[in-house]
Amino acid sequence: MIEATGIKEIIKPENLVYRKTDIMTDNILSYCPGCGHGTAHRILAEIIDELGLQSETIGVSPVGCSVLLYNYLDVDIQEAAHGRAPAVATAIKRLLPDKFVFTYQGDGDLAAIGTAETIHACNRGENILIIFINNGIYGMTGGQMAPTTLEGMKSSTSPYGRDIKSMGNPLKMTDIVATLAGTYYVTRQSVHTPANVKKTKKAIRKAVQYQKLDKGTCFIEIVSNCPSGWKMTPTQSNKWMEETMFPFYPLGDLKVPEE
Amino acid sequence: MEKELRLMKGNEAVAEAAIRAGADGYFGYPITPQSEILEYLMEANPSQTTGMVVLQAESEVAAINMVYGGAACGKKVMTSSSSPGISLKQEGISYIAGAELPCLIVNVVRGGPGLGTIQPAQSDYFQSVKGGGHGDYHMIVLAPASVQEMADFVDLSFELAFKYRNPVMMLSDGAIGQMMEKVYLSPQKERVKVFPEWATTGKPPTRARNIITSLDLDSDGMEQHNRDLQAKYQVIREKEVRLEEFQTSDAEYLLVAYGTSARVCQKAVQLLRAQGIKAGLLRPITLFPFPTKRISELASKVKGILSVEMSAGQMVEDVLLAVNGKVPVKHFGRLGGIVTTPEEVVDNLKSEIIKG
Amino acid sequence: MTEEIIIAGFGGQGVLSMGKIMAYSAVMQDMEVSWMPSYGPEMRGGTANVTVILSTDRISSPIVKHFDTAIILNQQSLDKFESSVKPGGVLIYDGNGITRHPERKDISIYRVDATEEAARMNSPKTFNMIVLGGFIKVKPIIKIENVLKGLKKSLPERYHNLIPMNEKALIRGEEIIKEVHKAK
Repeated sequence: MIEATGIKEIIKPENLVYRKTDIMTDNILSYCPGCGHGTAHRILAEIIDELGLQSETIGVSPVGCSVLLYNYLDVDIQEAAHGRAPAVATAIKRLLPDKFVFTYQGDGDLAAIGTAETIHACNRGENILIIFINNGIYGMTGGQMAPTTLEGMKSSTSPYGRDIKSMGNPLKMTDIVATLAGTYYVTRQSVHTPANVKKTKKAIRKAVQYQKLDKGTCFIEIVSNCPSGWKMTPTQSNKWMEETMFPFYPLGDLKVPEE
Repeated sequence: MEKELRLMKGNEAVAEAAIRAGADGYFGYPITPQSEILEYLMEANPSQTTGMVVLQAESEVAAINMVYGGAACGKKVMTSSSSPGISLKQEGISYIAGAELPCLIVNVVRGGPGLGTIQPAQSDYFQSVKGGGHGDYHMIVLAPASVQEMADFVDLSFELAFKYRNPVMMLSDGAIGQMMEKVYLSPQKERVKVFPEWATTGKPPTRARNIITSLDLDSDGMEQHNRDLQAKYQVIREKEVRLEEFQTSDAEYLLVAYGTSARVCQKAVQLLRAQGIKAGLLRPITLFPFPTKRISELASKVKGILSVEMSAGQMVEDVLLAVNGKVPVKHFGRLGGIVTTPEEVVDNLKSEIIKG
Repeated sequence: MTEEIIIAGFGGQGVLSMGKIMAYSAVMQDMEVSWMPSYGPEMRGGTANVTVILSTDRISSPIVKHFDTAIILNQQSLDKFESSVKPGGVLIYDGNGITRHPERKDISIYRVDATEEAARMNSPKTFNMIVLGGFIKVKPIIKIENVLKGLKKSLPERYHNLIPMNEKALIRGEEIIKEVHKAK
């Protein structure tokens, strides 16, 4: 959309060191600098590209920062009501069982208002992929407390820090869905370092394969940051995530298929 | 092919007609007095015959969002519920209207407010024809008055829904849902295999990606979208009014009623005529669009109008707008799940309109 | 011809299914029918009733206040519906458990002791068919052969062996129904 002057002279095959996948559109991302959403979008797009899934992909975007997911991925996408993406995806997959169906949801969407839809889609073992971006805050509405906000963590609706007694405990949704018989593959990853990006990409790739084999629900949590909402620089936010988020939301597989 | 004669409940007729109409999916949640729809579909098990998907959702909220998902794939999908459950679906209905998706929503109305009663009522008129959810939108609303129409309107609803890319509601009530009558069922239709060009079915290289959304953060864009919606509703108002008249040609007094109340009023007209009172009945079949023009015409010929509805007086507001002060208009109806009797309508017309 | 009928009794007495069989039989005779049950918690153990309308014309209201015939199977229903019979109409009741018998003089009253008869025949499930047989004797709107045709059509094949027993019960009902009072 924004055409930098002189950019045409730079874009030449001999200068190419990295190329974004065509599945990412040319629209400029609406995310804040340093936010993990852009990376998560990109690796999802890369997998769709690499596995040649564009013509069979139907995505469902949530309400939250990633509500505009459909502006960034060049695939058919439905924008769902707040929290209802797993119900929407259920019907898509039931009616078009040969398609690759995923939802992309934040913590407020998936673990607060959409708890029932999440648990029941997973419990029915709907053959879909749920990607869960957990940054412990409501980003789009301006940094309010989320179900996953940590104890003591400040937000605009927990200005003195989350008080467990009055505000309840942070919810480990991924741990919950891992206990459900309908889920096949449940894992928690991050995208804040190249190594973690590689792991997450591998996880998504597995989930695509499992969906093709009709195995049930695959659930990938991506613990991520929110520099704006956390009121930190991108670097600070990643450090804080490693030191504070990961101990409570440890990375790794929660449920892996017995093979 | 010849139609098949059956004796069925209204709810069962909806379910069987949905299968025969070639519906692709039904998503529902149990609630009295309409649970027979889901029960019938589960027993009929159409996934084994036509391939229709039937799913018991975890809530009415999930069910309507499944309808959103299915409709956005260009499929013929539907849900059904009764009043409290329909209230829960309102958010989803607003999204469906905003994203311009075709679907069928059946409301087998029971008395409210709140948990209310499980007995029949017509107190969801405002919710059905004026919006219900947020934003400026309309559903097309059909009001069946017999088990036959419970069956026939399923196919008609899908036809209108796809013609206008708009949600259609069948507004019935517990009496029509639970009652058995003769019904002639249409032969099985093939499920449609061709998708509309707007549907999300996976983007082939030959077209741009399809996006189904009700969101536009640009206010100018959103205003235009609203203007387009209103233009569509205007076309629907001009082209899709349906009604039935009963002994109106020489009527001096007019009853206006839909659904169960229309059946009751038909009997009331017979009783009134036996007493020498020239009464007639106009039965709106579509509640949105409302038969405003015809009611206005008849208002010039009659001495008074009684709007009969099992509510505290909802449709009467639209009758008043249509009549625009030409003749006296009153409302009559029992509340809280009590079905008005023909005798009560006769007495009320006499006391409130003829002598009143 | 239009016949407006209420059938009322305890849940579990086969009130709704008797109405259904009546409606099926009339459909076999090309008549218009409506069957409007009371529904909900009432169905579970309490009282149950169903309005059945049989007509040669299109049926207007499926809900009516006054009936041509009331078929009454317990005391509560008798108390509730005796006054709803149209003057000159018919009330049919089973005397079992009745402590206050019908009193109106402007209607015809018939008694069919079907509970007792079903026990005697050793088939309590045919109770409602005995009552229906009584109704057919008093109001021969539907024919027994059409009742049997209707049963054959509405029952799953595995129950067709029960049809002869039902036929016996219908005929027995015709035989045992007694006139208690003739409308003036």
